[in-house]
Amino acid sequence: MDINTIIQILDSAVRLMTPLLLACLAGLYSERSGVFDIGLEGKMLMAAFSAASVAALTGSVWLGLLAAIAGSLLMSLVHGLASITFRGNQLISGVAINFLASGLTVLLGQKIFALGGRTPSLTGGGRFDTITLPFADTLRDVPVIGPVYADLISGHSILVYVAFLCVPLTWWLLFRTRFGLRLRAVGENPASVDTAGVSVTRLRYTAVGICGVLCGLAGAYLSTGLGAGFVKEMTAGRGFIALAALIFAKWRPWGALYATFLFGLLEAIANRYPNIEIGPLTIPSMFMNALPYIITVIILAGFVGRAVPPRAGGEPYVKER
Amino acid sequence: MDKMPRWADLILTPLISLLLAFAISALVILAIGENPWEALKTMVTGALGSSYGWGFTLYYTTNFIFTGLAVAVAYHASMFNIGGEGQAGLGGLGGAMVCLFIPWPHWSLALLGAMAGAALFGAAWAFIPAILQAKRGSHIVITTIMFNFIAAALLNWALVNKLRPVGSMDPASANFPKATHLPKITDIFAAFGVEWGTHTPVNVTFLIALLACVAVWLLIWRTKLGYEIRALGRSETAARYAGISPVRIIVITMLISGALAGLMAINNVMGEAERLILNNVEGAGFIGIAVALMGRNHPVGVVLAALLFGFLYQGGGELALWTSIPRELIIVIQALVILFTGALDNMVRAPLEAFFVARRKRSA
Repeated sequence: MDINTIIQILDSAVRLMTPLLLACLAGLYSERSGVFDIGLEGKMLMAAFSAASVAALTGSVWLGLLAAIAGSLLMSLVHGLASITFRGNQLISGVAINFLASGLTVLLGQKIFALGGRTPSLTGGGRFDTITLPFADTLRDVPVIGPVYADLISGHSILVYVAFLCVPLTWWLLFRTRFGLRLRAVGENPASVDTAGVSVTRLRYTAVGICGVLCGLAGAYLSTGLGAGFVKEMTAGRGFIALAALIFAKWRPWGALYATFLFGLLEAIANRYPNIEIGPLTIPSMFMNALPYIITVIILAGFVGRAVPPRAGGEPYVKER
Repeated sequence: MDKMPRWADLILTPLISLLLAFAISALVILAIGENPWEALKTMVTGALGSSYGWGFTLYYTTNFIFTGLAVAVAYHASMFNIGGEGQAGLGGLGGAMVCLFIPWPHWSLALLGAMAGAALFGAAWAFIPAILQAKRGSHIVITTIMFNFIAAALLNWALVNKLRPVGSMDPASANFPKATHLPKITDIFAAFGVEWGTHTPVNVTFLIALLACVAVWLLIWRTKLGYEIRALGRSETAARYAGISPVRIIVITMLISGALAGLMAINNVMGEAERLILNNVEGAGFIGIAVALMGRNHPVGVVLAALLFGFLYQGGGELALWTSIPRELIIVIQALVILFTGALDNMVRAPLEAFFVARRKRSA
């Protein structure tokens, strides 16, 4: 395996990890505030559809991005209503959101475009262009650093860079600001936050809202950056992998970066080498596809360090009277 | 004292939630430019208007009874088993292996054998998440979701690399031998000299599903184990204090739940397709969630809710056939039913409770 192959695989890993990273950070905000969200998949799917349809109709990927955020936020609002205002079961609400998105996207897609749930293929301004960073071409001939800079670091769409910037931003927001302190506290012990005179409801809605925006970015990237249009069920379990990565990351932003990179890398390797041969053993592609899920179960079982979720996660907060 | 009479809690609340879900579904149909009333008529005639329609409706109902019971049993121990899809898929693998590799003399024996195989594989697939929850505290919701994906990969591998007959391109097993074919309802009626409808997939498994409902009812409300399951579901601390071992109950409950989900395969793999195909479960594992929620985790409720979803499934298929409304409409309806009867339960319940409390105060 030469350096170019490695760079190609890493480059593909970066592309594939981007939606996972955004969704994982989305889940991070929500779950840190004490609201479990297994509806990441549905929000991403809704966003992917909204982005592709608006981009196809208007020809502007930026309007598509706005639509993606709006679509995903709408789903977040439903989740918030169910799990914060009406103190319903957050898991059931998440399941409902996944189904809602899965059905609505095809229903609306068929109504608008009559292509069996797909959107038309996006071209030109309907997609996110790749950005060539300065000096990428001049540096290309420098050994090792050149190709790494020109092919791996440069040449992605803007959402990839946004996703990576979100990691330090999230870290700073959560661990260096008053808002972050309260957000973490509300996920551990909402009563204490309430006693301090801060609204639990408002904090949780804010977190669920941020989660919606990030899932919107993730979905938009899927259909307008990674792909060129929306296809039925195009998230293909990425919301659940993001959730898995969140557990792997132990609900920390930098952990999210590493965990999603690992899962992106696994996907990239599985795409490039459908069957991996190690001596007499052939590892089938199905095993590679299932690997992120298997890793997650092993982590959940506590065999590789303990993953402790926010203590108040999944519990609706009932104010004492 | 309860805030609401029992009938209001058990019947009125889910009914209003259901009506809300349907009202919004009607709005969705309007929004895609179709007539909800016409759509309803197409669905009713398509699913209930003929023996053919009933045959398909009851076939789907059978699937949903099994997955609904699976979710309901786990729910009584306050566990949310989202793994029905994977457990039913693995049940299909177990049932298929029994049908393919054992030479059965008669369908009745094959049925018993396949039931054992399907239940065993389904239970085995639920066992790992169960033991991880019980012993290591891994959240059962996440592990069962992960196990759905792992099951899909495992089935894909088994079908492509192991069970696929030589020379076939389809990722599917060979056809089951003739001796394992289950009698369809039409055949059963014919045996009694009654001619009933055209050829439809509903088969003897429907009766087994009804028996399973009785068995679950007996288990939950008439046995010591059922009492322990419900006690654990109410309060783990109290159950522990009463000498009930949470580990034991969690594992046993999930084994039963997984076995019930696995048994679904008898209907769709053995009774209908008569071979194992890719994605044979077709989302029935997830519909089980809606069925259990709507049926308030009671076997009678599960049968009624399964019938409703059987109707929606068959009616939705007819809708896709005769109108321009895609099949996915049923997924939206299903989502809304889960949302309103499950997650937004308090939205309906709170005003109802207020209403009944106010009425009692007035009459007192």
